[in-house]
Amino acid sequence: MIAPGTQPGLWQTARALAGRDLRLLWRRRGDALQPLLFALLVVVLFALALGRDPPLMAKVAAAVLWLAVLLAGQLALDSLFRSDAEDGSLEQWLLAPVPLAWLVLVRVLVHWATTALPMIAVTPLLAEMLHLPHDQLPILLASLLLGTPLLSLIGGVVAALTVSIRRSGILVALLALPLFVPVLVFGAGSVAAAARGQDPVGALLLLGAGLVVALVLAPLATAAAIRISLS
Amino acid sequence: MRFTVFQDAPGVSLRSRPLLDSYRRMQPIVRWFHQLGSPPTFDRFASRWSRVFYLAALPVLLVGIWQGLFVVPAEQNQNDAFRIIYIHVPSAWMSLFVFALMALYSAIALVWRIKICEILAMACAPMGAGFTLVTLLTGSIWGKGTWGTWWDWDPRMTSELILLFLYLGVIGLYHAIEDRRSAARAAGLLAIVGVGLLPIIRYSVDWWGGLHQRQSINVFGDNAVRAELIAPLWWMVVATKLWFVGSLLAKARADNLGREAGKAWVAERLGPAGGSAQEHPTR
Repeated sequence: MIAPGTQPGLWQTARALAGRDLRLLWRRRGDALQPLLFALLVVVLFALALGRDPPLMAKVAAAVLWLAVLLAGQLALDSLFRSDAEDGSLEQWLLAPVPLAWLVLVRVLVHWATTALPMIAVTPLLAEMLHLPHDQLPILLASLLLGTPLLSLIGGVVAALTVSIRRSGILVALLALPLFVPVLVFGAGSVAAAARGQDPVGALLLLGAGLVVALVLAPLATAAAIRISLS
Repeated sequence: MRFTVFQDAPGVSLRSRPLLDSYRRMQPIVRWFHQLGSPPTFDRFASRWSRVFYLAALPVLLVGIWQGLFVVPAEQNQNDAFRIIYIHVPSAWMSLFVFALMALYSAIALVWRIKICEILAMACAPMGAGFTLVTLLTGSIWGKGTWGTWWDWDPRMTSELILLFLYLGVIGLYHAIEDRRSAARAAGLLAIVGVGLLPIIRYSVDWWGGLHQRQSINVFGDNAVRAELIAPLWWMVVATKLWFVGSLLAKARADNLGREAGKAWVAERLGPAGGSAQEHPTR
């Protein structure tokens, strides 16, 4: 990909990595739909469990949608580094002349754009299915847009820590879900505050602040975790 | 890739002459600290001092329990139910303190690659989880008597429950990875990330609790805390700290022996039977 002797810049590597990830995703289009289908199924199951009670659904709609997106994102974490660890590309990351944290950041952002962004795109549809009041939809979308990258960044640390474990399904959930608590509280809390007629901006600003901090710190922690997992 | 080529063997490097000289020139305290990092020295240190700490903890614990159960008068609002705080509050403090200690040991282990610190950090995890569980159980029992419910989504209870999950995550990750050293490093990194996120989790849960209702009952009630109620608490706090240090050293010693099983010094110290009956084979 990169000729020997040349020093690739940060943007060049980012473009190459993002291009490769997107190409791989396009060649396995069916797999890319899975988190989306999972989120949809969670919503359907919740609706079935709640019974045909539109007012009750409208009350819990924001919480259910947040949970569906969070659980689907948690399941998608496993694909973040696993295939690269199995075919040895992750070792090449360690040897690459660019910082490991940078590669991690690019990978996490591409992963977010391909798993979480489609879910956010269909959220209005799912919200309609759950009778979410229309005035809460913009706040729900804003909280998801700020919260899901945060989930991906925190989840990246967990995915990197568990990449050397073969069957890590439940363990990833056990490690990641407690760390997701603040994101869920502020994300779902912003919509809940709006539903009670309070100002949701405070929670959204806190999510934004968390996102800024995580953008800087999470790739560094993830890089350290990859180094430990591959040592 | 997962096989470490260079096995570090503390003590072996000491045989080289210049290093030995530089050790002799070190300050005694620094030298003692360096030597403590070597598994045989740590074993001797831990076996001596864990007993000392256990013996020191016992009388303090007895004084605390005796004062808490018999000397302190019953409180007017809660009768004898409040006495459970003499278990509850010290273990709640320990649950947080042990997590911080675990992260500290992990940070030292990650930066300076000290094997003993990895062992100490991982020995902290089950004990911290135990303290958290005791806190939750005693809090729940107290809540049944005082609030009339076993569980309430009180911010403090909720964050304590999440703390338990963080502990279980660290323990789970440590046992899921085969290589003991990289398992300890991975779980240690998780502990450090957890310590960074704990205040945020705590704040978020407080904020979330504040949205719904704020629990107005403090542990000691609204009235000013009476001094004679506090005295046994301090005894218990000191006792749990001492007991924790004793059992931390004992557990770390056992893990250390397990990891070093098969080495000559273990067989020498424990006899051939102790050397061969190994729980964790060294990799």
